Amino acid sequence: MEPWKQIAASPDFKRLVREKLRMVIPATLFFIVYYFALPVLVGYAPRLMERKIIGNVNIAYLFALSQFFVAWGIAALYLRAAARTDVLAKKIVDRQTKP
Amino acid sequence: MTALVMFLIFVGATLVITYWAAQRSRGTAAYFAANRQITAWQNGFAVAGDYMSAASFLGIAGIIAFQGYDGFMYSVGWLVAYLTVLLIVAEPLRNAGKFTMADVLAYRLNPRPVRAMASLSTLIVSTFYMIAQMVGAGALVSVLLQGIGYNVAVTGVGILMVVYVVFGGMLATTWVQITKAILLMGGTIVLSFLVLAHFGFSFSNFFDAVGQVTYTENGQKVVRDFMQPGLRFKPPYGALDLISLGMALIFGTAGLPHILVRFYTVPDARTARISVVWAMALIGVFYIMTTFLGFGAATIVGRDTIALNGGTNMSAPLLAKSLGGEVFFGFISAIAFATILAVVAGLTISASTSFAHDFYTNVIHHGRERGPGEEVRVARMAAFVVGAVAIAVAIVLGPTANVAFLVALAFAVAASANLPVIVFSLFWRRFNTSGAVAGLGTGLVSSLVLILISPSIMGADRALFPLENPGILSIPLGFLGAVLGTVLAREPSAERKFDELLVRANTGLGAERAGQAVTTKSAVR
Repeated sequence: MEPWKQIAASPDFKRLVREKLRMVIPATLFFIVYYFALPVLVGYAPRLMERKIIGNVNIAYLFALSQFFVAWGIAALYLRAAARTDVLAKKIVDRQTKP
Repeated sequence: MTALVMFLIFVGATLVITYWAAQRSRGTAAYFAANRQITAWQNGFAVAGDYMSAASFLGIAGIIAFQGYDGFMYSVGWLVAYLTVLLIVAEPLRNAGKFTMADVLAYRLNPRPVRAMASLSTLIVSTFYMIAQMVGAGALVSVLLQGIGYNVAVTGVGILMVVYVVFGGMLATTWVQITKAILLMGGTIVLSFLVLAHFGFSFSNFFDAVGQVTYTENGQKVVRDFMQPGLRFKPPYGALDLISLGMALIFGTAGLPHILVRFYTVPDARTARISVVWAMALIGVFYIMTTFLGFGAATIVGRDTIALNGGTNMSAPLLAKSLGGEVFFGFISAIAFATILAVVAGLTISASTSFAHDFYTNVIHHGRERGPGEEVRVARMAAFVVGAVAIAVAIVLGPTANVAFLVALAFAVAASANLPVIVFSLFWRRFNTSGAVAGLGTGLVSSLVLILISPSIMGADRALFPLENPGILSIPLGFLGAVLGTVLAREPSAERKFDELLVRANTGLGAERAGQAVTTKSAVR
């Protein structure tokens, strides 16, 4: 029990958790808001969403399509950020496993 | 005929995979988690294979072909859902668990009640999801392969999935998924290419045609713009149903047991993370292409023709027939069937793993195997039982059963029961056993009850609950149940152990690595 508490209280670990939350929380909030904007607008503002932009392609379709690229974008940003926290995590693990 | 030959080739190939995997599967971690040696791209393909079910390939293409834009809303939700998996669930789960979702929950809570509930919800989600796939497979085969009846088809699917799981374990199941994912992606790309070729590779011709889809409605010829929303989700409750569906998809995927177990097959959390991104690339490309399949079927084949030749689910195969002839029709049909087979195998292994690991070993026998290899033996028997039950229920329901509610239910239960407790156990120090049991219980009961009184079961005019998707109500109830259950009890031991879980989940300290299990606890055989 004791060693886990020690690690949890260490400045390195606190920094790791803080860095992780600093990317996970905004990313999660952003994708939830961006995603639910689609069904809300399609459901409650159909006239706006039916407006045609390019030829017969309307806002509804473009917005839906943009969800894919936004999701991929968030995933890519997360990969980059996670590579940084991997370094922090490795430091903590190394200190525990290599005496 | 071509469909039958191609299907037999696929079955033959998967049986070879199973034989190969059976030769290499030794020990508990090998059977349940493929020795944790699956690489990132392999697991990405396998996650995609587990996920892109008949509902995606045949169902979505059909909904888009019949109701246009609204069907695409499913596609969007099914991809974005992976952000929940990527950002919140995959890595901590891999770091802190062993074989099942319940491993993470049981970590700092009283394991027996928590595992019993988690195992129940896993079995409910997997079984309902599986029955929906089996009914779909049976109905599909009786249309595609003339001469093979519904009952024979269902029994065949059931026997094959049991063979994969019982003999090949997780390694065979994984490779069946990878093979199927590659075939499905390939088939969909070729089909989309043929659709675009039909319109002279001009997107504007394509979307113009989508703007003028002609079909018969109540005996009248009508022309509709299929780019417009609202053909499926109509007032007064359409908008709410759409949001409710979105909630079930976004929060349900991260609670689907057969997706979660996949992250135990990779060596570490970093590989789990990269595998989710692989899966997102595949799944995203696939779901974008569903618009070519669905709109293609609506414009090139036409709603009326599809309705006369097997109905909505036949949209993609019929599109293949009209663009590529009999051989391509056979190829696409065989892929559709392979898709169902692979998904069913994935569901079977997650259900039987949960029964053996959570319920049998940990609830009944207090976490001890009574003899070497017992857990694997029990899992194999459970897979057999799960297969038999699924065959029996699918035959009783018959080919015309409305199974859409079963899939809706699976996602709703996963989102309302599983996700709240996973999130709280990872992020909330105060969370405890009574909170987990209450959360799992309210999530499970509320989604079951809301489905039972929904239009899918009671009919549109008599339904007590107006939405087809219960998520908008049952997900908050699941969270609320977990919070109330937690606040009403104190459990100092659970709070003390939070530090340990936090360190393990965030760093991977003490997590089982590739092959390591063979030398430690599970040196069986």
